[in-house]
Amino acid sequence: MRVKAQVAMVMNLDKCIGCHTCSVTCKNTWTNRSGAEYMWFNNVETKPGIGYPKRWEDQEHYRGGWQLRGGKLQLRAGGPIEKLVQIFHNPDLPEIDDYYEPWTYDYENLIASPERRYQPVARPRSQLTGEPMDEPRWGPNWEDDLAGAPEHAKKDPDLKGLEAHVAFEYEQAFMFYLPRICEHCLNPACVAACPSGAMYKREEDGIVLVDQEACRGWRFCVSACPYKKVYFNWQTHKAEKCTFCYPRIEAGLPTVCSETCVGRIRYLGVVLYDADRVKEAASVPDEKDLLRSQLSVFLDPSDPAVIAAAREAGITDAWIEAAQRSPVYKMAVQWGIALPLHPEYRTLPMVWYVPPLSPIMSHLEETRPATTADEILPAIDAMRIPMEYLANLLAAGDVDVIRGVLRRLATMRAFLRGKTLGLPRDESLLAAAGLTEEQVEDMVRLLGIAKYDERFVIPTGRREGEEDLQALQGGCSLDDVLPPAGAFAQGVRPIELRAAPKGEPR
Amino acid sequence: MSEFLWVVYPYLCLMLLLVGMLTRYNYDQIGWTSKSSELLEKRLLRLGSLLFHWGIIFVFLGHVAGLLIPIGVYEALGVSEHLYHLTAMAMGGITGLMALAGLLVLLWRRLSVRRVLRNTAPADFVALGFLIATVALGLSMTLIYNVSHLPYEYRTTVGPWIRGVLLLHPDAALMAHVPLILQLHILTALALFAVSPFTRLVHIFSLPLAYLRRAPMQYRRRGAAAAYVEDRRDGGR
Repeated sequence: MRVKAQVAMVMNLDKCIGCHTCSVTCKNTWTNRSGAEYMWFNNVETKPGIGYPKRWEDQEHYRGGWQLRGGKLQLRAGGPIEKLVQIFHNPDLPEIDDYYEPWTYDYENLIASPERRYQPVARPRSQLTGEPMDEPRWGPNWEDDLAGAPEHAKKDPDLKGLEAHVAFEYEQAFMFYLPRICEHCLNPACVAACPSGAMYKREEDGIVLVDQEACRGWRFCVSACPYKKVYFNWQTHKAEKCTFCYPRIEAGLPTVCSETCVGRIRYLGVVLYDADRVKEAASVPDEKDLLRSQLSVFLDPSDPAVIAAAREAGITDAWIEAAQRSPVYKMAVQWGIALPLHPEYRTLPMVWYVPPLSPIMSHLEETRPATTADEILPAIDAMRIPMEYLANLLAAGDVDVIRGVLRRLATMRAFLRGKTLGLPRDESLLAAAGLTEEQVEDMVRLLGIAKYDERFVIPTGRREGEEDLQALQGGCSLDDVLPPAGAFAQGVRPIELRAAPKGEPR
Repeated sequence: MSEFLWVVYPYLCLMLLLVGMLTRYNYDQIGWTSKSSELLEKRLLRLGSLLFHWGIIFVFLGHVAGLLIPIGVYEALGVSEHLYHLTAMAMGGITGLMALAGLLVLLWRRLSVRRVLRNTAPADFVALGFLIATVALGLSMTLIYNVSHLPYEYRTTVGPWIRGVLLLHPDAALMAHVPLILQLHILTALALFAVSPFTRLVHIFSLPLAYLRRAPMQYRRRGAAAAYVEDRRDGGR
């Protein structure tokens, strides 16, 4: 067992209102620079839709992520030899138009224009060429609220297998928002695809980063990431990606997207995992087993054996205690209501999602709410968002997984509704969903009313093992060579002036 | 003059290459990149980049075979002069044409695609210009001079001269009767070496061969990274 810790995220899609505050605050913090205009470390897509970059989920086209070839786990686009052969032209790399041509507006014209018969306008201007653009054609949220859906949403790869049943007429349409950031995977394809070894996963908090000094611009990380969350800066010619706001995480603060989320849909918490079992978990033959195998990599932070192994690996008690209180661990492991995005990519992603429920239930609830075990299952199956669609997105096509999660969420609502209204209690309700009353109370609190320090349980970064910064601050670069008083003093009073050993106050 | 061109100038260029590369490697890791513009344009790049890179790699191997390996080795192996030159002209001609065609496509792309042109630095044109000049001169030697005259036996003149330069025993006299085209080819090639540390060409020295053997997953620990920097500052103690 090789215990490592990761600060992971869960987003509750049931509560996302698609306001894009996360995207805007992230952009202002991280990608408000030239060469990075088109990058959105966080973007919110409306599903169904083809997204940003266009059809990013189509791995037949972009060849991102991993696949099993002859029982062995391999990058879908091929191993090191294939990479080196294709280094002069990466056939799988998206072009800027797959994202969009970044633009700004001629704001100056609004102020500087002389008096004319018509109002001056601010024309869009390309940030790639500086020339006016007639019409922007795509963007990170181009399909907001199903805009243009009748035309292109049918090309959404998640609709595979249910094209015949899905209509985009107003009355039958369904939609929900999908905020996306880097998944900070346990088995990151971008890291494995980087020829320079510039990408790495941090041992202490699992954050995946690009070493800007080591990146040589070979671009394989961009195409290898199946979520298309590594970007190529066309001005610095280096790769950039979501940093999980590591300077904030190190200080015990949530990421900017989580901090500013209006709907409070985001949760951050520590998950302990066994790094020795990652490859094995990503290599299970059946895609539908990937959820279970990833869950088996997570370690129970209350297990004495795990605690002992974690301490041995240098994980502090503050981190172990945070793992025990982790909202992410509760939702993903204990309650089984959060799911990884596209587990079939075999990257073992670490940003998980609670599937959306409310738009589905509401039209049934108008007549009479489902409050008994017998009523809940049919209600879930009659939902507005097809379960197959959610399964393609969050469960490698396994509808039973989605049904189970939605059932637990619906049971929680039904139980609380019954309790609040004083309805006769159906004892089979909780048992049928495999939940206890205590769990349901905890779920209600975490999903509905949890405060800042319950949603974000982040221990501060570990500095114990690092250099004695206080000593370094007042130190002299010659300390290890000569005593502080200088070479000549040594002969006079050698004992008193000897340099203090490291760690002792000077 | 001959001493300057074939003794002083080569060392000036090679020193610029060496010192320039080392300086840039030490002080400009952040700018050390292949400067790919594939994100902005893919279609022409595919044609130009593939032709140029594969062409120039084989051209380079051909130069190693022709210049660094002494003529005695070929004679010992029983490779006749005629066979050698026929092979050299065919292989050099094909791969040289590939490289030149690729370079011209890349130049056309850089000039005609607005997105690429607006994001081109002067150094990119410098690199492209010296490459085109060098390859074109070398190719005209292989395909025009050698065909219109007799194949030029550079293995007894340029070859020993270049080995002399590399072994710090330069002999300018060897270059006295080398055809002008070949002399110009060598001088532009040396100039290309001299400017390369200041251009995108630095990426040649980053060919990621270590990738073939390293573990797919890379973990780093924060403290360890700090210690690594500390080590370097202390002179690698």
